[in-house]
Amino acid sequence: MKNRRSLLAVPYVGWMALFVIAPILIMVVYSFTTAAFDPTLANYTGMGTYTSIFLRSFQLALIATAICLLVGYPLAYVMAKEGPGFQRTATVLIMLPMWVNFLLRTYAWMAILENNGLLNQLFDLIGLFDLINGLFGTDIEFFRMIRTQGAVVLGMVYNYLPFMVLPIYSVIIKLDHSLLEAARDLGADTAGVFRRVILPLSLPGVLSGVTMVFVPSVSTFAISQLLGGGTHMLLGNLIELQFLGGAYNPHLGSAIAMVMMVIVIICMWIMNRFGEGEEQAVVL
Amino acid sequence: MKKVLALTLALAMVMTLALSGCSVEKVDGSGDGSFVSADGSTPSGSGAQTTGNRVVNVCSWGEYLDMSLIEEFEAQTGITVNYKTTDSNETLYSLLENGGSDFDVVVPSDYMISQLIEEDWLQPLDYSKIPNFEKIADRFKNLSYDPENLYTVPYTWGTLGIIYNTTMVDEPITSWETMFSDAYAGNVILIDNPRDAIGMALYYLGYSVNTTDEAQIREAAALVSDAWSSGVYQGKTMDGIFQIMEGGNAAIGTYYAGDYLTMLENNPDLAYVIPEEGSNWFVDAMCILKDAKNVDEAHEWINFIASTDANLRNMDYIWYASPNEEALEMYPAWYEEQYGEPLDPELYEIMAAPQEVLDRCEAYLVLPQEIRTLYNDLWIELGT
Repeated sequence: MKNRRSLLAVPYVGWMALFVIAPILIMVVYSFTTAAFDPTLANYTGMGTYTSIFLRSFQLALIATAICLLVGYPLAYVMAKEGPGFQRTATVLIMLPMWVNFLLRTYAWMAILENNGLLNQLFDLIGLFDLINGLFGTDIEFFRMIRTQGAVVLGMVYNYLPFMVLPIYSVIIKLDHSLLEAARDLGADTAGVFRRVILPLSLPGVLSGVTMVFVPSVSTFAISQLLGGGTHMLLGNLIELQFLGGAYNPHLGSAIAMVMMVIVIICMWIMNRFGEGEEQAVVL
Repeated sequence: MKKVLALTLALAMVMTLALSGCSVEKVDGSGDGSFVSADGSTPSGSGAQTTGNRVVNVCSWGEYLDMSLIEEFEAQTGITVNYKTTDSNETLYSLLENGGSDFDVVVPSDYMISQLIEEDWLQPLDYSKIPNFEKIADRFKNLSYDPENLYTVPYTWGTLGIIYNTTMVDEPITSWETMFSDAYAGNVILIDNPRDAIGMALYYLGYSVNTTDEAQIREAAALVSDAWSSGVYQGKTMDGIFQIMEGGNAAIGTYYAGDYLTMLENNPDLAYVIPEEGSNWFVDAMCILKDAKNVDEAHEWINFIASTDANLRNMDYIWYASPNEEALEMYPAWYEEQYGEPLDPELYEIMAAPQEVLDRCEAYLVLPQEIRTLYNDLWIELGT
């Protein structure tokens, strides 16, 4: 019986070995070698040059994750508390944009955020700029939205919000109602029930959500390229440049990716300590 | 269980090594190159098929071929064309280097061609199979990237210049200085490619764009970097510039002449100038990779594309000038016949710059690896 069960795992183990473990091993080899595949540490020793890019990437990803959590948690909570009809509709509405390719949606944001884009045209139409110019004596014709760090964060939040809402929602909806009733019977008010029972029990969902938003945000290169307009280089762009830039240095690119991966793993590990004692979160 | 795991791991390792080791032939590189090509162009072929029918695998840039030519070629010859696109010479190079491709014909720019020749990626062409090569104007043969013309048939040529919105500037732009001065701060778009961006500064400073003098390159990069930190640039982009300039979202940018003509169709306020300090002129040429499997088909394709008729239609479609002498001369008349109105001679001059303008311009030569790395490092410093 036990044997048969482990046979079932073979396709998965094979898949992981081929497409996760082997690529990581190849990356390790690349990162510790020169172009001629002689061993070297040089790819790592120069990493300090990129400190500001590392900091910026983690900072923007953290901001995006925090916003996703602040927006996503209440949404997931409300959804879980409503009737099945509302839940179905809300789930579909959250999933719906994901049926369209993520790059196409990001291009759409470019058209919305441009200096002469839809949003600025709308502001112009309702006389917002005239109002501001009249009040403050300024001379603005548009809000500068695209090609800023704010646009990058917006792109991250927009693209990854569903990954925050859905895990939290699926944890809250499965909460045992008798626990909530017991809390009330024992004298907790609504805020107390939320703070003492629901919040701790939904922590695994929060941790999953945070991971699923933070990790793609910290490594994104398309969002920063399209919405950030190249004004602020992120880690993803730095790595991309090593592979698709004029210098073509996959060894350095691998090293940067390794460092990023290690930092992300450390972050996740620290975060998981918070969830300890609760149900294990689905992390990594 | 442990044994199964170990075995699978070992097997996987062997397979991965085999896959990554034997490069070009086995892996299908479908899609990866055109991941972020901003024009959203879709390659018409899907991966490589080498069984049965005759095929040719072509890799070029987005929006860089009149697609009806593919249908015509397929109908004429029965050869299936798998047409794919990448977004830059560097992406193409990395596809080749990773072995993630199975292209027969590639269409790189001059400096990348010399790098590919240097690194032995290309095979000499059999010009007896490409009779249309004769129609290529002499001034586009034996250029520095392929001095004996053994490997290439020119596809298009053009210039790099400043594109500006006449309603958003005070007077016509004439100098690269505009790209670094704060006269239009926050309204300028920087081209997102170190060679072109640092190149602008090199022309402005009066240095050669092919200089290998580190001090000159650093001086030029500092010029861009200073402009960057004083807020001259709204952002940097390659193909994203279409949307930005067409929508009047910035006043000034740097891009290629052929693309300017495409933008002009959507925004008549745009103007193009090759600055007085000179600029880059480039040739993109068709080559056959050394390990191409469909060599005969590749020659047939190249010959077809080099024909006068194909060049006329292609030129009309992509707005890049043809190196085919006949096509180049016939184009204004051909245009009038097609559209019932004469071609604006100014536009024709922008598309096919006259020789005295080309004399001011400089083609890119391949730079040594350490200078390429320097360019890359300086470019990253700009972003930090």
